[in-house]
Amino acid sequence: MSGHVSPKSMYYTIFGALMVFTALTVGVAYIDLGHLNFPVAIAIAITKATLVVLFFMHVNHSSKLTKLIVATGFFFLLILFGLTLTDYLSRGYEPNGTRTPMVTQH
Amino acid sequence: MVQQKETVTLGMWVFLAQEIMFFGGLFAAYMVYRIWYPQAWAEGSQELDITLGGVNTVVLIGSSLTMAFAVRCAQLGQNKATRNWLILTMLLGFVFIVIKGFEYAHKFEMNHVPGPDFVFHGPHADQVEIFLSLYFMVTGLHALHMLIGFGILAWIAWMAHKEKFSPEWHSHVEMSGLYWHFVDIVWIFLFPLLYLVDRVHHVG
Repeated sequence: MSGHVSPKSMYYTIFGALMVFTALTVGVAYIDLGHLNFPVAIAIAITKATLVVLFFMHVNHSSKLTKLIVATGFFFLLILFGLTLTDYLSRGYEPNGTRTPMVTQH
Repeated sequence: MVQQKETVTLGMWVFLAQEIMFFGGLFAAYMVYRIWYPQAWAEGSQELDITLGGVNTVVLIGSSLTMAFAVRCAQLGQNKATRNWLILTMLLGFVFIVIKGFEYAHKFEMNHVPGPDFVFHGPHADQVEIFLSLYFMVTGLHALHMLIGFGILAWIAWMAHKEKFSPEWHSHVEMSGLYWHFVDIVWIFLFPLLYLVDRVHHVG
């Protein structure tokens, strides 16, 4: 990790890419993609975050141990979301196979 | 020396992993309530100013770029340039906070702040209040992180001004950079989740 100095052009390139993705996510928000709007927005955000982590935070030049710690952080985040969803997404399913509405808005 | 640098980076990332879980809990709450009240989420999101949110996204990513340059100059031992990039980073962060302040002030004027005075005209006012509670909680916590960041950046800018950093010794700048970029990443997720929810199909 130590001693590696990235060229200035690399930072400008990454910044440009982040700007393009920002414009893209705003533009896509106004296009009706049905159920795909949310996944697309999240995919763009994950792409942007990955660029920041790898290049601005220099994880691409970090040791394997640092990379492991970084991955661990996001892995546990997925466990948090995943296990929460196993509860909240499965509510309303009755043992006899019927499904009652999870929430009624009023 | 290499091992010391490795340890500093590793420790910082352990702290950031903890921060991921810290914000993660709020993101999980957001997720659950959004699954429960999609219509209210769409209604609440329409109330947020997409232009101000978009400008703030550009400003904050811009501040990440200047922070990255501050770290790069510190790696090269250019203390004066490091100091100047840090000051520019703080200025951009300040612009972000000011814009956020205008957004908050507007919410207060509209009585869109959750609490006894909350007023919202729509079919799902109660649930929109939950959305706005999460909005204030998450963006407030994010803004608090930025204010802490100002303190850290001001301190290392002072150190750079005093010519403390060298190519061998500049961990302060690098670790502050990691923190600042992390705060940027949180906003990268907050922007689509809060401002861009269901802009096209106003459900219900």
